[in-house]
Amino acid sequence: MDQKLEESMSLVKPEVSDLTWVQKISVLIGITGLFILVLALFNYQFPYKKLVLFTSLGAITLGTVLFSNNLYLNKSKGIKNNGVWFKSISSRGVLGWITGIVLTLFYIILYFFPTFLGQGINGNANTGLIALFDPLSIFLNGNQASQWFVYGALYTLGILIFGYKFILKYRHNRYQQLRTGSVMFFQLSFAFLIPELMSKLNSDTFSLPYYDLKSIWPLNYNNFEKYRIDEFISAGNIGLTLLFFGVISIFIITPILTYKYGKRWYCSWVCGCGALAETVGDSFRQLSDKRQVAWTIERWVIHSVLVFVILMTTAVIYSYLGNDTSKYWVTKEVFLALVGGFLSIIFVLTMIFKRKELGKDALYGSIGYFIIVISLILFHFINTRTSLFLFKPETLRTTYGFIIGSMFSGVIGTGFYPIFGNRVWCRFGCPMAAILGFQQRLFSKFRITTNGGQCISCGNCSTYCEMGIDVRSYAQKGENIVRSSCVGCGICSAVCPRGVLKLENVNVKGRINVQGVLLGDDIDLIDLSKR
Amino acid sequence: MEHIVIIGNGISGVTAARHIRKRSNKRITIISGESDYFFSRTALMYVYMGHMKFEHTQPYENWFWEKNKLELIHGFVNTIDTETKTLHFETGDILNYDKLIIATGSKPNKFGWPGQDLNGVLGMYHKQDLENLEELTSNNKICKRAVIVGGGLIGVELAEMLHSRNIPVTFLVRESSFWNTILPNSDSEMITRHIKNNDIDIRLSSNLKSINSDDKGFVKSVTIEETGEEILCDLVGLTAGVSPNINFIKSSNIEFNKGILVNKYLESNIPDIYAIGDCAEQREPIGHRKSVEAVWYTGRMMGEVVAQTICGKKITYNPGHWFNSAKFFDIEYQTYGWVFSKPKENHAHFHWRHEDNTKCITIEYNSITKEFIGINTFGIRMRHDIFNKWLDEKQDIDYVIHNLKEANFDPEFYRRFENDILTTYNSLAQKS
Repeated sequence: MDQKLEESMSLVKPEVSDLTWVQKISVLIGITGLFILVLALFNYQFPYKKLVLFTSLGAITLGTVLFSNNLYLNKSKGIKNNGVWFKSISSRGVLGWITGIVLTLFYIILYFFPTFLGQGINGNANTGLIALFDPLSIFLNGNQASQWFVYGALYTLGILIFGYKFILKYRHNRYQQLRTGSVMFFQLSFAFLIPELMSKLNSDTFSLPYYDLKSIWPLNYNNFEKYRIDEFISAGNIGLTLLFFGVISIFIITPILTYKYGKRWYCSWVCGCGALAETVGDSFRQLSDKRQVAWTIERWVIHSVLVFVILMTTAVIYSYLGNDTSKYWVTKEVFLALVGGFLSIIFVLTMIFKRKELGKDALYGSIGYFIIVISLILFHFINTRTSLFLFKPETLRTTYGFIIGSMFSGVIGTGFYPIFGNRVWCRFGCPMAAILGFQQRLFSKFRITTNGGQCISCGNCSTYCEMGIDVRSYAQKGENIVRSSCVGCGICSAVCPRGVLKLENVNVKGRINVQGVLLGDDIDLIDLSKR
Repeated sequence: MEHIVIIGNGISGVTAARHIRKRSNKRITIISGESDYFFSRTALMYVYMGHMKFEHTQPYENWFWEKNKLELIHGFVNTIDTETKTLHFETGDILNYDKLIIATGSKPNKFGWPGQDLNGVLGMYHKQDLENLEELTSNNKICKRAVIVGGGLIGVELAEMLHSRNIPVTFLVRESSFWNTILPNSDSEMITRHIKNNDIDIRLSSNLKSINSDDKGFVKSVTIEETGEEILCDLVGLTAGVSPNINFIKSSNIEFNKGILVNKYLESNIPDIYAIGDCAEQREPIGHRKSVEAVWYTGRMMGEVVAQTICGKKITYNPGHWFNSAKFFDIEYQTYGWVFSKPKENHAHFHWRHEDNTKCITIEYNSITKEFIGINTFGIRMRHDIFNKWLDEKQDIDYVIHNLKEANFDPEFYRRFENDILTTYNSLAQKS
């Protein structure tokens, strides 16, 4: 391989990565806003906290907006990827690594050492960064801020301002604009404002758990924990309605929407993790690993996480259910029978109707995991009937929370954006994505249609696929793309210079069109297939 | 075991190799002097513009070749001895073959312009061209102006590339409007305007007289034939078309004209020697297609066809309805069937253009029978399989216009123009 083309190709830095002076001033404004937060982090005691917080967040917003306007509005509408691989931030350069390390450290502190951020413990007042957010928190929910409030506020701000940037970048593409508007809306309202306002309604006699309605189990792996179930039940009809919604979200709403639209309805239109990836993480989508070995690892890891979360949740729910129906509607045994029955039905139906569509490792994997899950459940019935599984439910829960909930989705999933790309969590870890993907692959109308023989194998689609799908390998064969992991962001279609790809929900029939010869070459296909 | 040797690892040669491997266990060797592994030539521009790294242009991972038992040789073939079935390499090495597929592609045209071989003059075709371009035009301080000669698809791509680095570009186009030997005037006008809107100094009806040297043998300027104007520049891009890259066969007894002459089975005059892709010339041109077609997908199709033949199922190269695509800065172009720059006899054009001047379609049809002949579409994506079907069915233009919705391939939620197009069509029909 020619070294010159392999690394930054240029002998001299290409002009294209330089900032205009408007952009430099924008960066200055934005960094000033961030710097105020850093000062707060080091416990500088600001007077006029409200004003300081407003100034800081305002400066960050203003900086990003001015920067985006200057970057995109003076140029013609179209694909804006010039210099992506020359810029340090988006090509794993020094800036990329620094950003990755800072983000990762931030997540470690956030999850494991919140006192560094100023979280007051044992009823003490907040200090530092978290104290700076107290006024906003009191305004929204009546209480002091917590590390999660600060995180939620910054997360939402990030999605809004980088969402704005993304909408300008794709101002020729209404699919991109609408879907970005959608994630911005869901993040601001469902994930941030509504739960905060809901907790304002809480009193001594009435209490709802903090509930982001769009965060569905198993992504929201805590949703069916005892304290939440108890709160739901004690909150009367409203609580029961929310609990009911939580259950039908995964068992009814999700399957219907995924059948009609593919998993994109969630992953790139609603989900908060997806929202961050598509907006703040947009500059890093080209860093995803496209090698086939990455795909193999992806399949094993993500489905293992799914099995883990099912086992963990089953164990946790089992642990607090009783042997009679006085407190909860189902007993331990009924619950286990329901879980076992449900998994068996899905397994059997898939094996009967879709066996041929499963790859060899998918077949082995699903049989293996099915046997493990069912035998662990059976363990209860043949054993002493007092314990379930080989591990204590609480151990399972905390282990899952630490490894998957904190390390994987937070530290690696987001901290490593500038190194591994913006969808590492969604691709390798998210159990919700695993369920949606299973359905998308086998029971959905969604596909990316390939336009006959127009593909020129340029590779823009594969390069910019944040899920690391080698889109080109399908397009150049004239095959539609039907993949579990596709989140339907639509960027492959956008960057294609020849109009080859289109995201569609059409008939299930003919969705997967493996063919020997591409359209345009009039070889006798019937004759060919007879050979 | 029969040894198949393929010279050239572009889309034609590699497609042939893949399809032979699919249907047989023959020994396959692919030779290339250009690169270690197959890459997509059409993507070189995106490497220069920073959209992609070079590795992204390679459709197959590096383990692919060994896994599929495709032997790769990096080197240039100097001569072919067809009597002994031997290839002689530049290095003196030799290689025997049982069957030989020549798929060496094209090289940029040079028409004997004074100064065409100076330092700072290049075509834009090979990987090496990209490397040279990178050195010569890293930024707009090293290259203060570039001149591009020849208004075709590669020319406009080179203009876009240089523009991405803020290098001022003068674009010399021989025709009176960009690519109007291929595009109808109405389409060509729109694209010409779009090129101008992207700050390209496009000079129409302008020929190159000479490329002028400084005292170190580097390009200093070009002179325009018509006006005698001298334009100072640091780079000259020659993009006046390509021609078959077949110098190395000229000493053999393989018959050639512009390219290696082949019959409809892609066989040359010598048994067991085939030619495919850009370097092949059809003895009998197919339909309105040129005898030498330098198009991505025809190379791929010829690879598919020759693989069948070599694996014992002799079939003819039979490309279906013409189609193609390109992108002019931000405007995508697709074509299905034939739209000629001037309507053929008894043919007429229907043209619709959006007021923003970035979207238009032109349909060629038979003005007597109304049969649909072809469509150019700019800024609106259309479905290949639908148009292929309509061309098979010999639909008339009325049908096509009324069913255009079915052919739309734009992303979801895009604004649709079928009703607008229908209104224009109806109002024109009423007038006539």
